[in-house]
Amino acid sequence: MQIHSPEFKENARIALHNEPLQAALGQFKFGFPVNRARAIANLPEFETLRDHARDLKNHIIQNLDIYLEQFEQQVTANGGHVHWCSTAEDARQAILDICQHVGAKTVTKGKSMVSEEINLNDYLEANGIEPVETDLGEYILQLRGDHPSHIIAPAIHLNVDDVADTFHEHHHRPRSDDPQTLMKEAREVLRKKFVSADVGITGANFLVAETGSTIIVTNEGNGDLTQTLPKTHIVISSIEKVVPNLEDMSLFLRLLARSSTGQEFTVYNTLSTGPRRPDDQDGPENFHVVLVDNGRSDMVGTDFQDMLRCIRCAACMNHCPVYGAVGGHSYGWVYPGPMGSVLTPQMIGIDKSAHLPNASTACGKCQEVCPVRIPLPKLMRHWREKEFEQHLTPSTVRWGLAGWAFFAKRPALYRWLARSSAWFMRRMAGKKGRISKLPMAGGWTDWREMPAPQGATFMDQWKKRQSGDQS
Amino acid sequence: MSHTTDQPSVGLFVTCLADMFRPSVAFATVKLLEAAGCRVEVPERQTCCGQPAFNSGDRKTTQDIAKTTIEAFEGFQYVVGPSGSCIGMLHHYPELFSEDDPWFARAEALKKRAFEITSFLTDVVQFEQIEAQFNGSITYHDSCSGLRELGIKKQPRQLLSKVKDLSLTEMEESETCCGFGGTFCVKYPDISNRMVSNKTQNISASGADTLVGGDLGCLLNMAGKLKREGKPVQARHVVEILAGMTDTPAIGEAEYDLGKAL
Ligand code: SF4
Repeated sequence: MQIHSPEFKENARIALHNEPLQAALGQFKFGFPVNRARAIANLPEFETLRDHARDLKNHIIQNLDIYLEQFEQQVTANGGHVHWCSTAEDARQAILDICQHVGAKTVTKGKSMVSEEINLNDYLEANGIEPVETDLGEYILQLRGDHPSHIIAPAIHLNVDDVADTFHEHHHRPRSDDPQTLMKEAREVLRKKFVSADVGITGANFLVAETGSTIIVTNEGNGDLTQTLPKTHIVISSIEKVVPNLEDMSLFLRLLARSSTGQEFTVYNTLSTGPRRPDDQDGPENFHVVLVDNGRSDMVGTDFQDMLRCIRCAACMNHCPVYGAVGGHSYGWVYPGPMGSVLTPQMIGIDKSAHLPNASTACGKCQEVCPVRIPLPKLMRHWREKEFEQHLTPSTVRWGLAGWAFFAKRPALYRWLARSSAWFMRRMAGKKGRISKLPMAGGWTDWREMPAPQGATFMDQWKKRQSGDQS
Repeated sequence: MSHTTDQPSVGLFVTCLADMFRPSVAFATVKLLEAAGCRVEVPERQTCCGQPAFNSGDRKTTQDIAKTTIEAFEGFQYVVGPSGSCIGMLHHYPELFSEDDPWFARAEALKKRAFEITSFLTDVVQFEQIEAQFNGSITYHDSCSGLRELGIKKQPRQLLSKVKDLSLTEMEESETCCGFGGTFCVKYPDISNRMVSNKTQNISASGADTLVGGDLGCLLNMAGKLKREGKPVQARHVVEILAGMTDTPAIGEAEYDLGKAL
């Protein structure tokens, strides 16, 4: 996926004027957040589970190598193969090799953000293999040449009319804007693909070290068909998804469903443990797991390590007022919202993504809802520190800051600055209690009035009062 | 003024915005603290809490400013200010120093003594004698830092419930950010504008005639937007109401706005 993060400001401006998008986003906050609140109200131990999940994830990150090796041993013992890929390119190549080895023409795909991260579809297409997205949202996006704007509800930026137009154009059937009819239509088209696909690629929500299993959770069941019908099943997963055992996995599943959609449990929870065994009724003959690092192991031991706890539930973006205003595409790369604002700089570089961790009021809502208690505002601030250290902060900001800091470190001068600013703004306001246009503060006064200072500063008034008291 | 030694000694953290825009907020804070039996002083050497530098990733400057603040307030039993955001910043100071740095312990000590005013009155000195009267219906905005960093939610409401004739109507999404965010509002003005517009909609819909909050940054932002939209809602800091100091014009208003000049 092309990187559009440097244009965040412009993307956001366009998004704010995109009325259908704004209508979609306006509805959005009444969905997932409301359902989440209801779900956790019904689970008194939710906060305790969050603590356990945070601690367990920290333990896993500390022992990542051990659990991953155990996972590999188990996969191999079950008759599957593990491919270690340190870069996106390695991962693409590994998948292409498997596909070419089995002579694949068509691959079906379950929803996977990691496959977006490594830009898999374009690569397969360029090599003569047709990837078919089978998650309804992803399928719609693929037809439109579009990308996900949300990590669990990829087509949240579209409305029914968009989908009706897209299906009409690509399926060559009479146009319908009835969601049920559209769903049925997609199902019919996709059924054929499921049956004819040579390879099925899915993501993984978790990898279980003890059993060598991978699990996907979906609400459509498309993942099951993707992974059981073709002869070859490839799981693509990032390395931090590993958990020690099935019991630990169920802890995360309980948190994941409630935090993301507000369900107690996702509808389909499908485990894959190696290829089909002789007396199994179905399942793939070949089972591969492609493990993607892509910068993650570099985060261990840094300021950003906590981010590796992320279980991709999307609660942070579901509750983020900035995401809610500008939508996911504004962020300009794969991962939007608060989690993306921490992850994206790690993957594409802070020089290309500095807007992301800056475009936050640090309101803390994301941290409040994150099931694994990732201190997202703090991590965004760490990126701002990196930006500042590397002299990437815009020079106007640097100079403004330096000028202000000069005063802020010198109390007497600071008094003078406050006094003169207050005086100046009083003058600007005249007899009104506010200013409608203030030079160099257009960011403020283009949209709102600037309330005027009352008069003399508090420090001056206080001093006077004190000397009055003493006299 | 006679001082007895068992009076808690409080250093007032004025905050830049109260100092410059709304001294009445700082005076109201002093009044409440004195009513609660505290001996209040205003250290001369205080400046800003350092948030602009902290939020811009300028760690060195933030450290320098933190040191200035730590020094200015050493010797006071408590540090109290009329802002969850600035006091929240004081609580970040220990993060700025490594644990073997002597400043770390001093920062920790400051953190333990630093309180936002409504939380200080309720949680620390259990002050209940609010003797104010306010004729009107208010709605309360929970500013983010106070709410999420310091756990301020019920404290202001508990105090406001003691104000005579005041009625509180909660708005929808009172905990959602107003879009101020310090430099955020000028760095990303159109996003900020969308957020504050959502906020003023909820404020109006509550039907309250006065918006009350605990942070001047957010209040200047929301009051400025309400005024620009021509909405008749007034905005005040919570301490003005609690201290019964509402004869000054509301935020963004002048004497004649209130009809007094007529
Ligand atoms: S950062 Fe937390 S809230 Fe956001 S997707 Fe990850 S786990 Fe969920």
